Amino acid sequence: MSNIDKNKVTIPIGPQHPSLDEPAAFSITLEGEKVVNAVIGVGYNHRGLEKACESRTYIQDLYIVERVCGICSHAHSTAFCISIEELAGIKVPMRAEYIRVIVAELERLHSHLLWLGTACHEIGYDTMFMYTWRDREKILDLLASYGGNRINYGVNKFGGVKRDFDETTSSDVIKTINKLDDNIKHYLEIALTETTLISRLMGIGVLSRKDALKFGAVGPVAKAAGIDYDIRVAEPYGAYKEIPVKLITDNHADVYGRTVVRIFEMQESIKIIKYAIKNMPAGEISARVPRRIPAGEVLTRVEAPRGENIHFVRSNGTDKPDRVRVKAPTESNWHGVQHMLKGGKLADVPITIAAIDPCYSCTDRAIVVNTGNDTKIMDWKQLRQYSIDWYKKEGIDIAALKL
Amino acid sequence: MEKKGPGKLSKDALKNLFEKPATTSYMGNGKIIVEKGYRGRLQYNPTKCINCKLCMKDCPTGAITIINEGTKEEKKMKAVLNVGHCIFCCQCVDSCNTGSLTFSQNVDFARLNKKDLTVEL
Repeated sequence: MSNIDKNKVTIPIGPQHPSLDEPAAFSITLEGEKVVNAVIGVGYNHRGLEKACESRTYIQDLYIVERVCGICSHAHSTAFCISIEELAGIKVPMRAEYIRVIVAELERLHSHLLWLGTACHEIGYDTMFMYTWRDREKILDLLASYGGNRINYGVNKFGGVKRDFDETTSSDVIKTINKLDDNIKHYLEIALTETTLISRLMGIGVLSRKDALKFGAVGPVAKAAGIDYDIRVAEPYGAYKEIPVKLITDNHADVYGRTVVRIFEMQESIKIIKYAIKNMPAGEISARVPRRIPAGEVLTRVEAPRGENIHFVRSNGTDKPDRVRVKAPTESNWHGVQHMLKGGKLADVPITIAAIDPCYSCTDRAIVVNTGNDTKIMDWKQLRQYSIDWYKKEGIDIAALKL
Repeated sequence: MEKKGPGKLSKDALKNLFEKPATTSYMGNGKIIVEKGYRGRLQYNPTKCINCKLCMKDCPTGAITIINEGTKEEKKMKAVLNVGHCIFCCQCVDSCNTGSLTFSQNVDFARLNKKDLTVEL
């Protein structure tokens, strides 16, 4: 279906579309091949997880929070655990903090490998897709072996981690990431020298430094625009206070820049993992946390693979939280996408959307529709009367209806 | 450079003729290998259980039920698990103070009937 208005054609993509991984509606207005306007509609994946958290205990909430996102599960659970530990005034053992960092960086590796594969698939470079996903599988095997599951590892618990990082696991990790390091060097060489790849990605989905700041872009999208901001460096948490992290930035400000930033970030992650394993202190892996969390509120920021994760927790002194707010990185990056799409070509729409590494279901929260001055708060009785009157005005008498 | 031609093809064709199929049957005829430390189905030791029900309280999905069929003095403990609800987080294993709940490497969960998903451990 398309609406023709002079020379412009509006194409609706989604909410159900074969090329979409998750439901989202895109309304793309075209003038020939050129995109003149793009409207993004999200909200098809609302799961009510924030409300669900309020009616469950903190321990149960940890598993809901971990399932906000399949790929950044550890980043979300880390943010939630840090919030609770800060409210309860618990000091987490340093060994546990190091283990959290190792798992977080392994997660970043598998997330970036997944993104690189899907991005290459979007531009028709399926060989790279196969290579990166093969490598990702090795990381997932490591995480399954250590954590107990491929995606939702369940490593974190309040006050530390559940499992210790023994010698065998450490040597397995080192062996795998050494092999991966060689492969990533090859991918970097391709990204820096392969003319087909460079010409396909260069100048696509441009979001300049000024626009990235205006739209509040985070993670690799912001870093590709030259914004040197990373929570691990700007506001270090856990073992990042001790581990040196090199901030990766690029000045291309387009999809190519985002690709290069992610590949360099993978190399940096490997360095961090090696450093963490080498310098991991011995000792306890968890501290005891009470079931009832003292009243208070806390806001935590954690650097997930896709960008900044924000968790807000308000406690009322019971074993259930009063309010939990989760802001995933995609929520910040969506705003810039409409701007990125404008002026581009229709064929570049999939890769531009994929370049922010969108996670649709992480984004959806309750939406308040502001209708201006018409807003009224009614109780049940008033609402009932209002509906009866509204139908009467339309000429329908509900009382006379025989159903 | 490696030679390519019908000669090489016939070698592969002959090899494939006598080779076993590349696919394996469901659960690999009981030889399925999962990673060491993988969280599989729960195991329950009723003799260790003290009926504190912390596992029931902490379970995020309400998948586990602990029942005492005996009396307070002479316990006859039973654990019922809804495998369809279980998310294999093993919070119950972490919450258990006596070690009566452990996880196994068993990952065979598929059943034809929904009722069969509720099992006694």
